[in-house]
Amino acid sequence: MKKLFTVFVAAALVLSMAACGNSGSSGTSGSGGSSAGSGSSSGGSGDSIRYLNFKPEIAGVYDEIARAYEAESGVRLIVTTAASGTYEQTLKSEIVKSDAPDIFQINGPKGYAAWKDYCADLSDSQLYAHLSDKSLAIEDGEGVYGIPYVVEGYGIIYNNAIMERYFAMDGAKAASMEDVNNFGMLRSVVEDMTARKEALGIEGVFASTSLAPGDDWRWQTHLANIPLYYEFKNNEIDLTGDETGEILFQYSDNYKNIFDLYLNNSVTAPGLLGGKSTDDSMAEFALGKAAMVQNGNWAWSQISGVSGNVVAEEDIRFLPVYTGIEGEEGQGLCTGTENFLAVNKESSERQQKLAEDFLFWLYSSETGKRFVVEELNFIAPFDTFEEDERPGDPLAREVLRWMEKEGTESVPWNFTIFPNQSFKDKFGAALLEYAQGGKSWEQVKETVIAQWKAESEKQASGGA
Amino acid sequence: MQKTLKKYFAFFALPAVAAFCISFVIPFVFGVGLSFAEFTTVSNARYVGLQNYVKAFGESAEFIRALWFTVRFTVVSVVTVNAAAFFLALLLTRGVAGTNLFRTVFFMPNLIGGIVLGYIWQLIINGVLYPKGVTLLADARYGFWGMVALMNWQMVGYMMIIYIAGLQNIPGELIEAAAIDGSSPFQTLLRVTFPLVMPSVTICTFLTLTNSFKMFDQNLALTGGAPSEQTTMLALNIYKTFYGRTGYEGVGQAKAVVFFLLVAAIALTQLWLTRSREVEG
Repeated sequence: MKKLFTVFVAAALVLSMAACGNSGSSGTSGSGGSSAGSGSSSGGSGDSIRYLNFKPEIAGVYDEIARAYEAESGVRLIVTTAASGTYEQTLKSEIVKSDAPDIFQINGPKGYAAWKDYCADLSDSQLYAHLSDKSLAIEDGEGVYGIPYVVEGYGIIYNNAIMERYFAMDGAKAASMEDVNNFGMLRSVVEDMTARKEALGIEGVFASTSLAPGDDWRWQTHLANIPLYYEFKNNEIDLTGDETGEILFQYSDNYKNIFDLYLNNSVTAPGLLGGKSTDDSMAEFALGKAAMVQNGNWAWSQISGVSGNVVAEEDIRFLPVYTGIEGEEGQGLCTGTENFLAVNKESSERQQKLAEDFLFWLYSSETGKRFVVEELNFIAPFDTFEEDERPGDPLAREVLRWMEKEGTESVPWNFTIFPNQSFKDKFGAALLEYAQGGKSWEQVKETVIAQWKAESEKQASGGA
Repeated sequence: MQKTLKKYFAFFALPAVAAFCISFVIPFVFGVGLSFAEFTTVSNARYVGLQNYVKAFGESAEFIRALWFTVRFTVVSVVTVNAAAFFLALLLTRGVAGTNLFRTVFFMPNLIGGIVLGYIWQLIINGVLYPKGVTLLADARYGFWGMVALMNWQMVGYMMIIYIAGLQNIPGELIEAAAIDGSSPFQTLLRVTFPLVMPSVTICTFLTLTNSFKMFDQNLALTGGAPSEQTTMLALNIYKTFYGRTGYEGVGQAKAVVFFLLVAAIALTQLWLTRSREVEG
C-alpha cells in the first residue's frame, strides 16, 4: 500500500512537471504568435491579406478594424502582432514563410537598407498621393518604399502661464513667444528668467537634463538630431548611402550652446544630473517647478498623469529647439516617425494591390479614419483627414500647428540612421561626464566622432 | 531496502534529471552552439565558425578593462564579506541575548533582489554625496565602493549563517581541552576553531568568489557602467555587447562562453586550494 502511494506521488510529480512544461511553451508561442484572424475560417474562397503589426498596445484595435474591413470590402485582413521589442526578429521569420505578410513596417533608412529586397515601390499608390509632406517618406532613387503612418514631434515644451508672467514683467527681454525665434533670443530670455526665478515662482527655467544611464535618450538621440540634420543637409549627404559612415560633427558648438543653456538654467545642479530620470524632469515640469522641458508629444499623458499637475491643458505649447544655426528662424519642430509602412514585393501583384487598397481605405474612408483618430490616436500625415478629424491632446495639436505654419520647415528625424545603441550609450556617457566636469567639450566631440566611425564600421562588418 | 532503492533509482532520479536537462544542459549546449553562429532569434542561426570569437577578441580592450575591474572588485569583496561574516558568526555563537533576532536581521538583505537593492543603495549613496554636489556616477571610485558596500550588505548574512553552522559543529571538548592545555582564546581561534571550520571557509569563498565575479543586476541597477563604462563588470559588458549593436548577438554569446571558462577555472582552482587545507572531521 505504502509503495503504491509513493509510486502514485512520483507519477503525479512527473505529470505535473510535464504539464508545467506544456503550459510554459504554449504561453510563449501565444505572446509571439498571431493575435487575430487565425480562428475564423469563414473567408474560404475570398481574398485575404496579411499584416505584421508593430505596436502591441493597439493589437486589439486591429481586430475591430479587420472585422470592419471584411464587412465593407469582403477581403479578410489577418493581423499578426510582434511582441514588444521583437519586430525585427518576428519579421525575419515571418517573411520567409509561404504565407508571408503583405504589409509590414520598417523603422527608417536603416530598416530600409536591411529590407530593401522586400520593399515594393509605392510611388504610384493612392496613399502616397495623399501623403501631406512627401519628404517624410522613404525614397530611393525614383521609388518610394516606406510611407509613414503616424507622425510625432518634439521640441521644447513650455508652460505658457509662466511665460506670460515673465513677459508682463518690467524689462522683459521679449514681448511674447512670437519674438523667440532663434537661439540668441531664447538665451537672453532664459537667462533673464533664471535671474528672476524667485519672482516667477520657479526653481529653474529648464527641467532636469536627465542623464542617468538609460534616461539620456532625449540628448544623445533627440537633441543630437538637430546639429546632424544641418550637417547632412548642408553637405548634401545621401542618407541611404555609405557616406554616413563618418561624421564631422561640425555643428557641435551649436549642440553645446543649447546643452549648456539646459545645464546652467536648470532646476538641478549639473553635478547631480546623473541621478535624474526622464520621469523626474516631466514631474518637475508638471508641478510648475520649471517652465520648459525638451520632449515630444507623447509626453502629454505623462504630464497630465502627474498627481498635483498644475499645467493647464491650454497653457502647454511647443517651441522648436534653437541652437544658433544660421537661418533657424524658419526651423520648426523635429517631426518624423520611426514607423513606415512597406508592402511586400515578393507578394503577387494582386496581393500587393489588395494591400494598398486596404491601407488607403484605413486612412481615407469614414470608417477607417474614425479608427485612426479615435482608437489609434495617430496624427496621420495624410490630407484625407479634415480639420476636425484630429487627436484631441494639446501637444498633438501643437505638432500639427507647427507642421502647417507658414514659413517654417520641420526637421526630420535623422537619428534613425545613428549607427546603433552602443554609439548612443557612449555619447550619453560622455555628456554625463561633461555635465559633471570630468570631460571637456573637446573630448565629448572627439568621442562622438570616433565612436560614430567605430560603431559604423562594426555594423558594416557585423551586418551582412 | 538498499536493493529497492537501486531498483527505483532511475525512476526517482528522473524528475530531477529531466529538470536539470531542460533548464540547464540543453540551454547550455544551445548557448555554446550559438556562439559559433550569427543570429537574431535562436531559430534563424547561421553557422559562421570562429568569426564571433575573432570579433570578441578584436575588441578586447573593453573586455579586459571590465575583467580588471571585476578582479579588483572580487578580491576586495571576498575578503570583506568573509571577514565580516566570520566575525558576526563568532559574535552570534556566544549566546548573546537576542541572537536569533540578530541572525534574522543580518540574513534578511539576502532575500531582497539585486535590482531593488541596487536602486536602494543608489538613493542612499546619492543622498550621502548630495552635499558635495555630485552623484554616484561622478567618479568610478564611488561606483566601486558602492558596489562593495552593496555586496557586503547582501552577502554577509548568508555567509554568516554558513559560518555559524560550521562553528556549532565544533565539538565543545576540543575547545575545552585547548583551554586546559593553556591556550589563549586567540590561539584557540587560530589553531583549533579555524582549521575546523575550513569546510565552511571553502563553501563561503566559493560562493562569494563566483557571485562577485558574475555580479550583474546590482551592477546594472547601481551604476549601469557609468561613468563611461568605467564600472562595467564582465557580465554587464557581455549584456551590452549582445544588445548594443545589431548583428552582435553571436559575439556576446562568444564572450559569455569565454566568461564561463574563466569563472569555472577560477572557481575550481579556489576549491582545490581551500579543500587541501580542510581537516578531516
